[in-house]
Amino acid sequence: MARWAMVVDLDRCTACQACVVACQVENNVSPMGVEESDKGRAISWLRLVAFHEGEHGTRPGLRFVPLPCMHCDNPPCTKVCPVQATQIDREGLVAQVYPRCIGCRYCTTACPYTVRQFNWKPPEWPEPMQTGLSPDVSIRPKGVVEKCTFCHHRLQRARDEARAERRELQEGEYLPACVETCPAGALAFGDLDDPRSEVSRLGESPRAFRLMEELGTEPKVIYLSKGEWGGEI
Amino acid sequence: MEKSKLEPKDAALLRPIEKTTGKFWAFIGILLAIWAFGMYGWFNQLGRGLDVTGLNVPVYWGVYITNFVFFIGISHAGTLISAILRLSHAEWRRPITRAAEVITVLVLFFGVGCVLLDLGRPDRALNVLKHPNFRSPLLWDVTSISVYLTASTIYLFLPLIPDIAILRDHYPGRRWFYRLLALGWTGTERQKHILETLIATMAVLVIPIAVSVHTVVSWVFAMTVQPMWHSTIFGPYFVVGAIFSGIAAIIIAMAAIRRVYHLESYLKPIHFNNLGILLLVMALLWFYFTFAEFLTTFYGADPSHMAIFMSKVGGEFSWYFWIMVMACFIVPVVLLGNGRTRGAIWGTVAASVSVEIGMWLERFLIVVPSLSRPRLPLEGVAYSPSWVEWSLLAGFIAMFIFLYAVFTKLFPIISIWEIQEGREHAVVHVTQRVKSYLDTASAPMEPAASGSSD
Repeated sequence: MARWAMVVDLDRCTACQACVVACQVENNVSPMGVEESDKGRAISWLRLVAFHEGEHGTRPGLRFVPLPCMHCDNPPCTKVCPVQATQIDREGLVAQVYPRCIGCRYCTTACPYTVRQFNWKPPEWPEPMQTGLSPDVSIRPKGVVEKCTFCHHRLQRARDEARAERRELQEGEYLPACVETCPAGALAFGDLDDPRSEVSRLGESPRAFRLMEELGTEPKVIYLSKGEWGGEI
Repeated sequence: MEKSKLEPKDAALLRPIEKTTGKFWAFIGILLAIWAFGMYGWFNQLGRGLDVTGLNVPVYWGVYITNFVFFIGISHAGTLISAILRLSHAEWRRPITRAAEVITVLVLFFGVGCVLLDLGRPDRALNVLKHPNFRSPLLWDVTSISVYLTASTIYLFLPLIPDIAILRDHYPGRRWFYRLLALGWTGTERQKHILETLIATMAVLVIPIAVSVHTVVSWVFAMTVQPMWHSTIFGPYFVVGAIFSGIAAIIIAMAAIRRVYHLESYLKPIHFNNLGILLLVMALLWFYFTFAEFLTTFYGADPSHMAIFMSKVGGEFSWYFWIMVMACFIVPVVLLGNGRTRGAIWGTVAASVSVEIGMWLERFLIVVPSLSRPRLPLEGVAYSPSWVEWSLLAGFIAMFIFLYAVFTKLFPIISIWEIQEGREHAVVHVTQRVKSYLDTASAPMEPAASGSSD
């Protein structure tokens, strides 16, 4: 059984936000517009977090970190859901069952990474975008929680194709939209249980760290960064 | 048989049921108007969803969850206090218990209502029963609040039975209603014995249930890893706060009943004084817990905790914080620590109103600041509650007072038979009890009357 994981090489990332846009389009995430943004209610499954660097005047600046759902092996969100609307599946993907979610937002408050999103309004798209929605991803109604799925629908498609050709799923056949898009090659994706996979190899790197490991959530998004910076988050 | 008869001097206790003044109807009108305003807000929210609130990312929870914790806290008024006073044979409890127990049963519905208001999809609320996840503290809440609501309804109803029988015999016009509820009570020795056993059993059962309820409410927060929520003292801290705001609610309700229904000869300054002492003790306990919680956070100085700590003590929530300290600690301690203001009814009532305001702010300060400072930097927007959220709080309070007033029109708000029982037996029982405490060196003691349960 695979255990899907992502690697984000911060030394390669140019903060171009191509991954953010790719995710938005791939997953039918409604562009909420300026008004909702100002209210602090824009939805994005993958966002860039700005970390302030060199606060003591040495080398002031911002560092941007792409932040998808961590798909924790020990997710704090699935435990607290009163109706089992969010669960971790056998391949380590933390999924959300939209038709069951009651919108209590306990999972959003329990997640230390604040990556879960709530639909304050019904989703809307401006006129030309409505025709371009992905048929593979269901539209979320008003009042439920949604989140990054590691583009789970792509796994289903890739697995179906492999099964039709009577072979095993190969490394690289299942990639989330953000990974596929990244022009800088900063994102990698694969099976952490396969020691020969790219993510396993990169995960061994001395540059590798994970966000808030001390909380015991065992996130499956691994970051790579040179220097002392990484450990400070 | 004599018990189900009304002594003429207790006619005042039935007067609220017999006479309704124009002023009362006007008051009901105002309450219903406020309630209608809340309903208008609610219909707005049903149509447009939580969009109409001021909530955002990351402040996913706000006034609704604050109200939930606050109302469930107040529910500790009745049943818990009344049970403790009954079990400790506090004779001064007699005119208080029912007024307190009604608060519990009514306010619990509003507590549950707050959670339903907060759901993004209230139409799917029954999923909690269809797909329960017992690892979720919210499910623990559903369980313990249901048990508490059931137990406190029974606990309110049992001591009502003899009084309902008095009403049945007194008002032939409403006979069917009271006969149904009186369950054939005639006041025989056997019936009395069964009733006393049941009340005593429920009083014992209801205490752990009440403690569990607010402990579990605190665990909704404490079980997460979020800074300034993930605290081991949250269980007892919440229970203390609940009893604190609960006693304050009893005092306010008692003062209102006394004033409106002219029950000065039943609800005397001594009752306010005694509850005032309890309130003072809770104010000190509340301060102790708050101090312990904040000092531990401050000394540990974990940055993610300190961000929230500073937002409360010196940041955007500092106004709320220092008003809370004033309202929950300084005002009640000054008013209740002084025997003269405590003995005067206005003093205990003023302290109680202050405590209610302070405890609402305390609940708000637990819910919102922790959410507004997530561990990862986020371009958040400050949370300011919308008019819908305020209208629903106002509507809930108005509806609660309305239902409470309706109760006083249907049933005696002071337990008639318990007052009579006290008048007939209390002095003898208390004298026997005091005698049983005395040393046996000087005089031979009579066998202790410890078997009596009143």
